[in-house]
Amino acid sequence: MWKWLHPYANPEVSYHFTGKILPWLSAIAAILLLIGIVWALAFAPPDYQQGDSFRIFYVHVPAASLSMGIYLGMAIAAFTSLVWQFKLADATAAAMAPVGAVFTAIALITGAAWGKPMWGTWWIWDARLTSELILLFLYLGVIALHNAFEDKNLAGKAAGILTLVGSINLPIIKYSVEWWNTLHQGATLSKLGKPSMSLEMLWPFILCFLGFALLAGVVICIRFRSEILNRNSIRPWVRTLVLAQTPLPTNKSTENN
Amino acid sequence: MVFMLEKQLMQFETFSAFLDMGGYGFYVWLSYGISTALLLTLIFSSIMHHKQVLKNIAKRLQREDKLRQVRQQRKNSQANITTEVTE
Repeated sequence: MWKWLHPYANPEVSYHFTGKILPWLSAIAAILLLIGIVWALAFAPPDYQQGDSFRIFYVHVPAASLSMGIYLGMAIAAFTSLVWQFKLADATAAAMAPVGAVFTAIALITGAAWGKPMWGTWWIWDARLTSELILLFLYLGVIALHNAFEDKNLAGKAAGILTLVGSINLPIIKYSVEWWNTLHQGATLSKLGKPSMSLEMLWPFILCFLGFALLAGVVICIRFRSEILNRNSIRPWVRTLVLAQTPLPTNKSTENN
Repeated sequence: MVFMLEKQLMQFETFSAFLDMGGYGFYVWLSYGISTALLLTLIFSSIMHHKQVLKNIAKRLQREDKLRQVRQQRKNSQANITTEVTE
């Protein structure tokens, strides 16, 4: 049943596959983000309570949910790599960490810039904000571990264990607004069945969310390809690929001698 | 102006009102500005990193090729002591 997947487990095939889809992904991401952001900034109605500060929502919420989504993906990749010794999963996890860290930072910064006018403070040590900050530190730890070892398998193992231990933070972030008293408002969208949002706000949000998600996918693809090259640098296919892109001046040195 | 034409659709009547964001301009533009800057930095550094990886591998291959040539030459020069090697 899963046989069609097997070729993609080959680093060479996935390198060329991601190379082929990258331009398309980038184009769709750029179009979605352009339409979504312009719509969010200029055409979406202001919130009846929060006024135009609500426009921060269109960046803040996609960034925050992607910060958790990417971590979940990274945890799945780390688990796959630890249990089945699947090498490409390590490369995927290593590619995801910096992207997740940037989205976590964006969620924290836009949250602060939204909190100042709405709550009167940039920062408060409540459950939602603190657990999201811990998520940023987890990402930084995973990045540091991936870079700490020359041996990429060892690095992947260490980073994978940290990722899995840290995944306990995900449900804490998600349910923090329900478990503890907090300034942070509850979920706007994930109430299944009837989202508490008007369609005029929902559409630009969906465009922004998909745009940011695709952008994350694009950057993860770029970094995934670098990871594959780094981990397979002695393979013949990498050799031919590198030689095709940067021809070596080998003939020169033979003539000189 | 585009802004005047689409008055009905757009939420802001003038460009300065758009920049002001109903008094929240600083916070809104701060959020969008920092987000854009961070994402552009991430994209740019990822592309540069990929190029650097390719360059590093090319450099290593070059070094290995040179080593191989030196070894080959040494072998050849040892062979030259007994017989002339024609290429």
